[in-house]
Order: sequence, then structure tokens, then C-alpha cells
Amino acid sequence: MAERPEDLNLPNAVITRIIKEALPDGVNVSKEARRAISQAASVFVLYATSCANNFAMKAKRKTLNAGDVLAAMEEMEFERFLEPLREALEVYKQGQKGKKVSEQKRKDKEKKVDTENNKSRDEEGEDDDERMEEEPEVENEAEEEEEVEN
Amino acid sequence: MKMSHNSSAKDDQASGSKKPISLPISRVRLIMKSSPDVSSINQDALFLTTKATELFVQHLALSSFNNGSGKETNTLSYSDLANTAQEADTFHFLTDILPKKILAQDYLNSLEQMQEEEGADY
Repeated sequence: MAERPEDLNLPNAVITRIIKEALPDGVNVSKEARRAISQAASVFVLYATSCANNFAMKAKRKTLNAGDVLAAMEEMEFERFLEPLREALEVYKQGQKGKKVSEQKRKDKEKKVDTENNKSRDEEGEDDDERMEEEPEVENEAEEEEEVEN
Repeated sequence: MKMSHNSSAKDDQASGSKKPISLPISRVRLIMKSSPDVSSINQDALFLTTKATELFVQHLALSSFNNGSGKETNTLSYSDLANTAQEADTFHFLTDILPKKILAQDYLNSLEQMQEEEGADY
């Protein structure tokens, strides 16, 4: 799966942007701090996955579901994330419903956005690569999962 | 400084309107699947983990900044993060990857101080 160790890193450009958004304007984040936060985020994913997987295993399920992830957050004492996560999931599900209808529209729009982004690509090369590969893979996963569940 | 600010604001407009999350779901799935016991992950769980990771990054950055020493100088440094990992219970799982880093001289100084303060324990 992950052939190179870098595959387990999250894209720096995106992490940096999230950090900047969280902090007050004009705060300088050292390079070392950014790298550390990025690594911490990867470890967080692994930790959350392992907790969530325990809940799934207890319930004798093979597939991790939303409830498992939420239970994991509670176990990890990140209760403060529960509300925002539930809200985000709600919005996300709404979006998924309307997705098929607006698929074509979205693709057209993405093309436009892509050309706009070309200008800033040097700066955020890594980030853009990620975005490109993201959508199709995610849809495949959805199909696989549906088969399993039915 | 100005430049980077402008470009991040532009990004928000491009991705923020339609996209509920900014981290790549595919990469998060790769990390999740690198865990050996995990066989499959449904779409909602994947989305939630990605979103949670974003919240985590914000929370870690902000807590470290607020508790850190760089508030006057408007900086967030590695040591602020290492301190947070050490001091806050919820971030305790990070202590292994965020070890405290200090200068030898500082270490010697603090060692002396500690010995003076709590002699017997050290």
C-alpha cells in the first residue's frame, strides 16, 4: 500500500494552511513546528484508526463506520470534536446525495478552478497533486463499501 | 508576509465554497490502511477521520501557541509543541514523536536548578 515512507505524510501546503487559519493573523510558525504538527497529524490518524478499529472489532464488524470514529474521539478525550464532526458529516451526507445530479456541473467548475490554480502551482505543487487524485479514488471506495454492506 | 496571506485567502475561495475538507481523503485512507488490523473503512468513517485530523491540527497549533512562550513575538516554535505534548493529557500520545529538545547548556542549567529545588528526587 504505502510504498514509500513519505506516503504516510500529509501534504505540507495543506497542513500549513490549516495551521495559519487556526492561529491569529501574522503568527510565524517555524519550519520545524510545521513539520512536527504534520507528523503529529499522521500519528493522530493512526491512533484514531486503532481506537475506532477496536470498537468495530468488539461489535464483530469488519468495516469501520462513523460511529466507531466518533467513539474513538470520545475514548481519546477529544469530545470537543464530536459536535463539529457530527455537523460536518451531516453537511457531507447532504452533499453526497446531490452529487450525482451535479456531477457534470462540478467537473466543469473544477476545470475552471484548475486553470486558475495553475498560477499558484509552483508554490503549492504537492497540494494540487493530492487534489487531483482524490476524487476518483474516493468514489471507488464508496462503491466497494456499498457492496460489502448489502 | 503579505503575499502568502493573499494567496491563502484566494485558496479559501477556490476550495472552501464547495469542499467541506481540505486534507486529501486518499492520503488519510492510505495512512489508516497502513494499520495492519484494518480491513475496510466506510466512506463516512473516512470523512470523519479526515475532518477530525483537521480539527486536531487546529487544536494542537492553537493550544501550543496559547500556552507557549512566543505570544509576544508572535511565533509558534517546536518547543511550544513539545511542551504541549508533555503537559496536556489529550496530547500525551505525541510525546514520543515530539521529544523535548534543549541545548546542552540549558539542560545543565535546569539540572542544577532541579537539583537545588527537589534535591532528593533527582
